[in-house]
Amino acid sequence: MYAQMVQSTGQGAKSREDMSPEERAFQDRIDADQKIEPRDWMPDGYRKTLIRQIGQHAHSEIVGQLPEGNWITRAPTLERKMILLAKVQDEAGHGLYLYAAAETLGISRDELTEQLLSGRMKYSSIFNYPTLNWADIGAVGWLVDGAAIMNQVPLQRTSYGPYSRAMVRICKEESFHQRQGYDIMMKMAQGTVAQKKMAQDALNRLWYPSLMMFGPSDADSVHSAQSMAWKIKINSNDELRQKFVDQTVPQAKYLGLTIPDDNLVWNEDKGGWDYSDPDWSEFFDVLKGNGPCNTERLEARNKAWDDGAWVRDGLMAHAQKKRAAAAAE
Amino acid sequence: MAADREMLFQFLLRMGDNSLILGHRVSEWCGHAPVLEEDIALANTALDLIGQTQFWLGYAAEVQGDNKTADDLAFLRDVWDFRNILLVELPNGDFGQTLMRQFLFDAFQSILLPRLTKSSDSQIAAIAEKANKEVAYHVERSADTVVGLGDGTEESHARMQAALDRLWPYVGEMFASDDVDSAMVAAGIAPDPATLRAEYDALVGQVLTEATLSIPDSDFAHKGGRTGKTHTEHLGHLLTQMQWLQRAYPGATW
Repeated sequence: MYAQMVQSTGQGAKSREDMSPEERAFQDRIDADQKIEPRDWMPDGYRKTLIRQIGQHAHSEIVGQLPEGNWITRAPTLERKMILLAKVQDEAGHGLYLYAAAETLGISRDELTEQLLSGRMKYSSIFNYPTLNWADIGAVGWLVDGAAIMNQVPLQRTSYGPYSRAMVRICKEESFHQRQGYDIMMKMAQGTVAQKKMAQDALNRLWYPSLMMFGPSDADSVHSAQSMAWKIKINSNDELRQKFVDQTVPQAKYLGLTIPDDNLVWNEDKGGWDYSDPDWSEFFDVLKGNGPCNTERLEARNKAWDDGAWVRDGLMAHAQKKRAAAAAE
Repeated sequence: MAADREMLFQFLLRMGDNSLILGHRVSEWCGHAPVLEEDIALANTALDLIGQTQFWLGYAAEVQGDNKTADDLAFLRDVWDFRNILLVELPNGDFGQTLMRQFLFDAFQSILLPRLTKSSDSQIAAIAEKANKEVAYHVERSADTVVGLGDGTEESHARMQAALDRLWPYVGEMFASDDVDSAMVAAGIAPDPATLRAEYDALVGQVLTEATLSIPDSDFAHKGGRTGKTHTEHLGHLLTQMQWLQRAYPGATW
């Protein structure tokens, strides 16, 4: 996942009485777990919400190349360099499938890209945090991909066919990435004093931003009800966050690392861990553009796009010349 | 090391250092390419090159002995011990320069590697067999891009011509053979690169003509990388970044 605070219709889920006959038939198909395909009729709000969600997810994959790419040239061994390159290449590939899924809803990749570059569309808040030491690359795989998987696994069952199929491919690769991330953390946590320090430092910095990936708590999540009725969103934010915490706490213990939360206690009644909420004011600051790396991330994407204009234009012009030559024959 | 082992070692370093340094340079593009498909393609090229490095430097380390590994060679040598051609260590420049460099290198590899698959050294033949499949794809892609941009818009043409002018003086080094090459020829391990020039010029000439680009008149060649006599100032900075963790935290396992 990498979709947070995706704006839906702005209202709660529409009741059956308020639905038009077409909307009712549509909702019936969703309730019967039928997939909606690009040529099928769909409510405008469904289309728009999906474009926002898939677009945000795609942008996250693209911007997500940057914090990891930050370490490709400094990866400590040839094998680690290859694994990281392959991973970042996978992320770009995910971006490609997701943009293609969004295109089936009637918006082009270039239009989506321009909305990202102008700041009108968001990407996941997590990629506005820096990767400062090599263990961050492990922690991104372990925590960030781990959190993404929590959300993406249920999205394999999402109602929109192209999105759900993209998610099946993406999930396979993400779980591989998560294992690779954990493998880096193991090496670091079992390594020298300095390596262990790097691992703990990475966990300290990335723990709360990872919890933020699920979006604000359900009480404050205004867009969820309609998305859930449409099966664009399958689980609530808090439900997924709890699952993530429960999965991650024993993994951190196994690594011998300390999760930076003094309130972390096992709650027998709920069969899960109680934990501290992240600082939501920080989350909203990051969304507003005031995270540690927002400016750099957008600058990097804009620079790549602007510097690449002549390349895109050149290749297009050449393709046109070739078509014209073929037509003249 | 016996003289013939030393020669073999030098040959393997030349192969491995070329792919290591070029792979590193290409990987610098990650996340910054002009279009998503290029991000994927550049990462893929870098990945292939680093993969080839593991084989070449892995074998070099084996020849060297002393329980050395490919990582020791990549991360713990200084500039003077690197044997890559100068072309691959030059900074990326714009996308056009990166792809022009890639094409000039891929074209050479696409001619050399099929010959190495027939090497008397079975390990070299096996590495070349694998690398050759990747390089066949690389050269097709880099040639297509050079043609597309050379024969694209006025601006893309001008940039590609500038890239060719900038890089052409670094082409000759690939064919400047020395006693290491003579030893490889004598042992049936590898061809004399000087003998590959005509085929190279034909291939490169054909692609550049299609790209509407003109090869510079001068055949002056900057040299020194593959013999280790000299490098550009750029290699030291590249190594500073690439080797930093291994140097700052010696003896750690990653």
